[in-house]
Amino acid sequence: MISIFKKFMKKVFKDLFKKKKNIKIGIYGPPNGGKTTLANRICLDWLGEEMGSVSNIEHETREIQIKEKINIKKDDNELSFSLVDTPGIATRVDYEDFMKKGLPEEEAKQRAKEATKGVIDAIKWLDNMDVVIVVLDATKDPYSQVNITIIGNIAARDIPVLIVGNKIDLRRANTKKIKSAFPQYDVIGISAKKGTNMEEFYEALFVVAG
Amino acid sequence: MGLTIQFIPYVEIENLSSLGRIKKILNAVKEDKIVLLQGRLKKEEEAELIKTTMEEINSEFTGIELAVIYPEPHNLDFFRKVKNNFINALLGDRQGLTIVGPATIVKEIKKDPNKIQLFTEDSSKKRRKKK
Repeated sequence: MISIFKKFMKKVFKDLFKKKKNIKIGIYGPPNGGKTTLANRICLDWLGEEMGSVSNIEHETREIQIKEKINIKKDDNELSFSLVDTPGIATRVDYEDFMKKGLPEEEAKQRAKEATKGVIDAIKWLDNMDVVIVVLDATKDPYSQVNITIIGNIAARDIPVLIVGNKIDLRRANTKKIKSAFPQYDVIGISAKKGTNMEEFYEALFVVAG
Repeated sequence: MGLTIQFIPYVEIENLSSLGRIKKILNAVKEDKIVLLQGRLKKEEEAELIKTTMEEINSEFTGIELAVIYPEPHNLDFFRKVKNNFINALLGDRQGLTIVGPATIVKEIKKDPNKIQLFTEDSSKKRRKKK
């Protein structure tokens, strides 16, 4: 009963002050789903510059990246926020996987070390977020436990969430499968790389974060 | 080489702290055992399990594979929903099953609503020497 009351009061205060501050929108998800590609797309669309580097090798983003003062406008709606791009959350990090992708051993070991720290930081930062965009690769199985754990933890913290099924430009993409895996959430299919369906994405972001 | 599966009944973790539960699971996994835990961890504990796993990764221990099976039946009529909620309130986190295996042995756990598939690594490349 007390926890329900606490949650209620937290939501009331959150709603009272949410519109006055510059909110933090976090981009979360497993590695290589296209989080940084989406962050770059948002920054290109509204600031005219990119945010971070992307790579086919997993764990390219190993540190929290923040882009402040992004303002997006549509009709009468306006949203001002800081965008937080986070390292991909994984349950395993093996330097040998990086070596298989062509990295020398020392570089692979260093990347693995940084990647593990990145996962820890990403989870710690969840408490600082006002809204979370979960980026899933629409060509992959959405039922992975990492996806369920990320989304479950966001829900447990009462943080509004928008799920993005990325890479819909690829033939194997299946946004419907993501929708059936997480039926209680809004799911938008996009291609961050090609900029496909970004209008619908921004509209959904206004609804979730506005 | 055979696989070792360790079953942990819920009573063994019931009175442990979150950290205690995580340590118990990880200690077994680091001994190359696949843990079948009766019930499930709290969502926050799952995230803590991932964090603690990341802290302990080295050249020998490369992480875990994790899956939680939890029956969440849909399309129930009103009375069955009430009954289901009552059972949930009674049993809490005892319901369901959590599978945690070492990443060096369990390559992938595939889960869809109706089945679970556990893929293991080729045993010949499982063991690594400390470098």
